[in-house]
Amino acid sequence: MKFIYKILKDFPSYLWSGWGAIASILLFIACWDFGNQIYGNLVLPSPLETFKTLFLMLQDETVILEIQTTLYRAFVGFSISLIFGSLLGLTAGFFATASMMSRPIVTILVGMPPIAWIVLAMIWFGMGDETVIFTVVVASFPIIFVGALQGTRTLDGELKQMAESFNLPWYMKFIDVYFPHIFSYVFPAWVSGLGMSWKIVVMAELLATSDGIGALLAVARSQLDTPTALALVTIMIGSLMFIEYIILEPIKREVESWRM
Amino acid sequence: MANVEKLVVDKLNHHFGFTEILNDINFTLSKGEVLSIVGPSGGGKTTLLHLCAGLLDVEEGKIDNSFTTSSFAFQESRLLPWKNVIDNIALGLLANGVTHSHAIKLSQEVALKFGLEEDDFEKFPKDLSGGMKQRVSFARALVVKPSLLFLDEPFSALDIGLKKELQTHLLNEVKENNLTILFITHDLMEAIRLSDKILLLEADPGHIVKEFEFEVDIQSRDDAFVYNETAKILQDKTIIDTFELYGLELK
Repeated sequence: MKFIYKILKDFPSYLWSGWGAIASILLFIACWDFGNQIYGNLVLPSPLETFKTLFLMLQDETVILEIQTTLYRAFVGFSISLIFGSLLGLTAGFFATASMMSRPIVTILVGMPPIAWIVLAMIWFGMGDETVIFTVVVASFPIIFVGALQGTRTLDGELKQMAESFNLPWYMKFIDVYFPHIFSYVFPAWVSGLGMSWKIVVMAELLATSDGIGALLAVARSQLDTPTALALVTIMIGSLMFIEYIILEPIKREVESWRM
Repeated sequence: MANVEKLVVDKLNHHFGFTEILNDINFTLSKGEVLSIVGPSGGGKTTLLHLCAGLLDVEEGKIDNSFTTSSFAFQESRLLPWKNVIDNIALGLLANGVTHSHAIKLSQEVALKFGLEEDDFEKFPKDLSGGMKQRVSFARALVVKPSLLFLDEPFSALDIGLKKELQTHLLNEVKENNLTILFITHDLMEAIRLSDKILLLEADPGHIVKEFEFEVDIQSRDDAFVYNETAKILQDKTIIDTFELYGLELK
């Protein structure tokens, strides 16, 4: 409760600190517009046109439905990775053998290109939700798993001993000694896992389904409808920025204030 | 009460793998006493202290600890980086089941006593100097009012002013609360200032070679006494051998 209150209290000042970020985004849009003036509307539509298309799309109910489909798939896939990746990673970190054995497997999972997973998943699951969700899980799971594994592997032996010397009961050891350390590893892993899920979900949809943002993107490509394609990209990036900077970053700042 | 608190170490041996760390250690520490164990670095002092404090399991021999409560101050402060000064100090109290508000109040009192200021209370360890961290570490160890305090070279990284200040705090605790201290150090002068009895631990494997006791009460030892005794003890043949002090004169 105290944490939530502090996060809300510090939120305005956090937002106020965002002017620099906004300036850099505006600069980026200016470069984009410059590119449009050089290459023309077909190759790179102007920001203004893109935002107009975006505005029209967001009023179209079918588009909203497609966005919801994508959100659902990303959410389910990411949740599975979050739960299993964290639990398995934490457990593996406690056992030297388990962490040693899981390393090469993680390397295989990370090293395998997501596009290859999509192909396999299409063969295994056909064209539908499962293929997309599977790909999302496979891509984001190793990131979260490694983060959680590092969290338990790097627990400070000296602090453990200190906790021992003060006879801390098990729940205090967990809440006061282990958890903050583990969380400082797991939370950033969740954030990058989420970013990964959001990217992969669109890619999988583009290749394997007939609905969702990815499918809309495929249609836009086949019709050479660059403004729509860019508008869809804007939706993707906008939503990711919203989640990362408005929701996750303030939490992270509060939880890790002891570090900065 | 018939049951007097004491720590008895009896025929203690310890190994790490095939390396013998401690060999036949025997001593008794009674209530209200300050016992120092001095010896060169790497001589098994810390292992001995960890065994006495129950942080390591005894393999051979016996350690009988009848002290009701104990706490530990380490060489490094070992503060929880994610807790502020007061919450760090309150850790031991909370572990003993003291209510949160009471623990905070006691911690604030003890923090002030140990030379921390109210401005520091909310700070995280990363914003504290080494000396301040060690003040917090001492406050954390003493706020639980231990009957026995284990000290693992806690002064070794401090400047002489702070060293003296914290030592004075300890001597006060000994006087007022009859605190018992088991103190590990490689600094003879420190040991002479603080202890009733000094055990000299020779390395490879760690065994006790000599025992020094001082007539003068620890509360009334002045600088002159400490310098004098240090000079005397440095002439001692066993000390010279244990710390390998020979042949170091400039050629």
